[in-house]
Amino acid sequence: MAASASPPDTDLSASRFYNDPAKRSLIYQAGVLLMVALLAYYLISNTLANVERQSIATGFGFLEKEASFEIGESLVPYSAADTYARALWVGVLNTLKVSFIGIVLTVLLGTLVGIARLSTNWLVSRMAAVYIEVLQDIPVLLQLFFWYAFFYEMLPSPRQALNPIAGIFLSNRGLMMAVPASHPAWDFMGWALLAAVGLVWLLRRWARKRQARTGQGFPVFWSGVGLLLGLPLLVWLLWGAPTEMDVPHLAGFNFKGGIGISPEFAALLLGLVLYTAAFVAEIVRAGIQSVSKGQTEAAKSLGLRPGLVLNLVVLPQALRVIIPPLTSQMLNLTKNSSLAVAIGYPDFVSVANTTINQTGQAIEGVAMIMIVYLCFSLLTSAFMNWYNKKIALVER
Amino acid sequence: MTVHVIDPAAENLKPPATSVGVVGWMRANLFNGVFNSILTVLTLILLFQTLPPFIKWAFIDAHWLSGDACRGADGACWSVISNNLRFIVFGFYPHPEQWRPLLAMLLLVGLLFYSQNRSRWNKPLAWAWLVGLISMGILLKGGLLGLTAVESTQWGGLPLTLLLSVFGLTAAYPLGVVLALGRQSRMRVVQTLCVIYIELIRGVPLISLLFMSSVVFPLFLPEGVTLNKILRAQVAIILFTAAYIAEVVRGGLQAIPRGQYEAAESMGLNYWQTMRLVILPQALKIVIPPSVSILISAFKDTSLVVIIALFDLLKTTKSVLSDPQWMGFSAEAYIFVAVVYFVCCFFMSNYSRRLEKELDTSL
Repeated sequence: MAASASPPDTDLSASRFYNDPAKRSLIYQAGVLLMVALLAYYLISNTLANVERQSIATGFGFLEKEASFEIGESLVPYSAADTYARALWVGVLNTLKVSFIGIVLTVLLGTLVGIARLSTNWLVSRMAAVYIEVLQDIPVLLQLFFWYAFFYEMLPSPRQALNPIAGIFLSNRGLMMAVPASHPAWDFMGWALLAAVGLVWLLRRWARKRQARTGQGFPVFWSGVGLLLGLPLLVWLLWGAPTEMDVPHLAGFNFKGGIGISPEFAALLLGLVLYTAAFVAEIVRAGIQSVSKGQTEAAKSLGLRPGLVLNLVVLPQALRVIIPPLTSQMLNLTKNSSLAVAIGYPDFVSVANTTINQTGQAIEGVAMIMIVYLCFSLLTSAFMNWYNKKIALVER
Repeated sequence: MTVHVIDPAAENLKPPATSVGVVGWMRANLFNGVFNSILTVLTLILLFQTLPPFIKWAFIDAHWLSGDACRGADGACWSVISNNLRFIVFGFYPHPEQWRPLLAMLLLVGLLFYSQNRSRWNKPLAWAWLVGLISMGILLKGGLLGLTAVESTQWGGLPLTLLLSVFGLTAAYPLGVVLALGRQSRMRVVQTLCVIYIELIRGVPLISLLFMSSVVFPLFLPEGVTLNKILRAQVAIILFTAAYIAEVVRGGLQAIPRGQYEAAESMGLNYWQTMRLVILPQALKIVIPPSVSILISAFKDTSLVVIIALFDLLKTTKSVLSDPQWMGFSAEAYIFVAVVYFVCCFFMSNYSRRLEKELDTSL
């Protein structure tokens, strides 16, 4: 289909403009563009006429108005007197919260199940296979409904709350957990942990440079673990080792104290994590299997210890296969978190839906939902591009 | 100097009992090493703690057909299903006419089973599918051949779920192929439009498109024209699925070596001839297995129409559960629906795996 202009030699008719593929393609493109423009014009003019006729307000002015609805749970202070913009912001944060925690748990569970699937233990491998097959084939919405019903119908009321482990209470009001009572030491321990993370990063960089220069290794892993655990522990001891706990206790019909997870959030998280982990397990399994046995054997014959074989030879190759589909599963989890609207967790779609119902401005509402999720997708694909470039095979 | 002594008795010796049979299998697969033995024991304990109570609940103590006797009983109450089966499966479809959706579903299942074997894929089968799909539509809708017309607002249950997924995929496939060709096209305008469409749709959750279908689509239409809710949801599902199909088909197109394009061109075929006769037959064959996965996810995704209040299988089940008489039996009801979805998806994914093996000509 290479564009090769026909030489205008003998036959005049052969050099008509429609015989030139380049010009013909221009005409086709103009035609397509015209059709799309006409369709857009038709839809927009219809919409404008309908909006006019039904006297629906337009524009994003409603964002500044008072929302006048409560939101069950929020990461930032919010009340019904706040604006729609703030309510939607609360929704975005709730979406990010459930997605972030969900992704972390999914990767952990998915990796575990994926490794279990490859286990030489027949029973464990079969169980993992059953888990993957069953949970992949049941719609995630149905799973969410199931867990929601599980929390509301099958769990007892707070008075008869289940108490599987000391300090944890499971009832139809959700999951209550004991947390350490507030003490300045906990804040400082957080800072100490952050400092330790920074130090470990610097240590790793220094150790790599030294190894490249002198060939001497440095036990980065163990010294890192020591730093991460030791620094916060030191701070804790310096503050006099506070051990007081804030244990949830019954007050009236519900628990007071501790921190709680609402049944909606718990059901959403559980459903999303169990569903997505089944897909992640398959990805992890395929990734590990993609590294041929010869690689492991070659690494062993070079005298590498099993830990180093995994770290230096198997993982870098497996991750190259695992990471791209894994990110798309993370994105799927984020998109599926929009099903929260069906079980009443106030995520972004749920708040936007309430906004649409109250203001009647459906176009703006749906457009906002789409834009927010498009931003998530674009960020993910930007990450993917960066990662792919970083790990691309340098072939010689 | 090694001397081989051949003991005639050794020839007839059986391998040790611990390396063959049940014991040998268990040693090799369950108790190879300390770690695996511990793992096996822990798993067995877990299974013994969970499975027997579950079986007792689900089968032994269960009520199957009783009316109200369930309340307060120990076991599962499958009566919630057996007493409401017709509503769960057919929704608000008029009672005396329910043989029609049943027949349509049987027709679909029959066609699917007949089409399993690839050697039967030929032109007559394609026509049979076309006729089958049209007659399924007529069976549901009625108003022809002496069948009473049934308003689409009364459609529901499993037929609706199947309708949305089967018609959704059938209509989305050609659209997806066109989008994939557009994305591979050299015409910048066409390519850009297709990329924008595909990435836009793939970037948003299906539920936002369903919201759009229920609240924004009506505004797109000129005054006086209305589309019913099912059709609008169907359009949303088609638009959504097409974008995913486009990506799958693009994968197939990219797998065709350049030589095929060049050979077709050198034979003097134009663009559409090249695509129709040379490229697409090869590319579409490659993408059959991933297409089945898309069918599976489209089938599961139709459950999302619950959120815009269409009465598919999940919604009819939910509305049975909101009846005071059957309130509180969610576990049984949801397990039933889960089994229905699981059986369908399991068959499809098994089929897709088998096809993948059959089509794999690399060895």
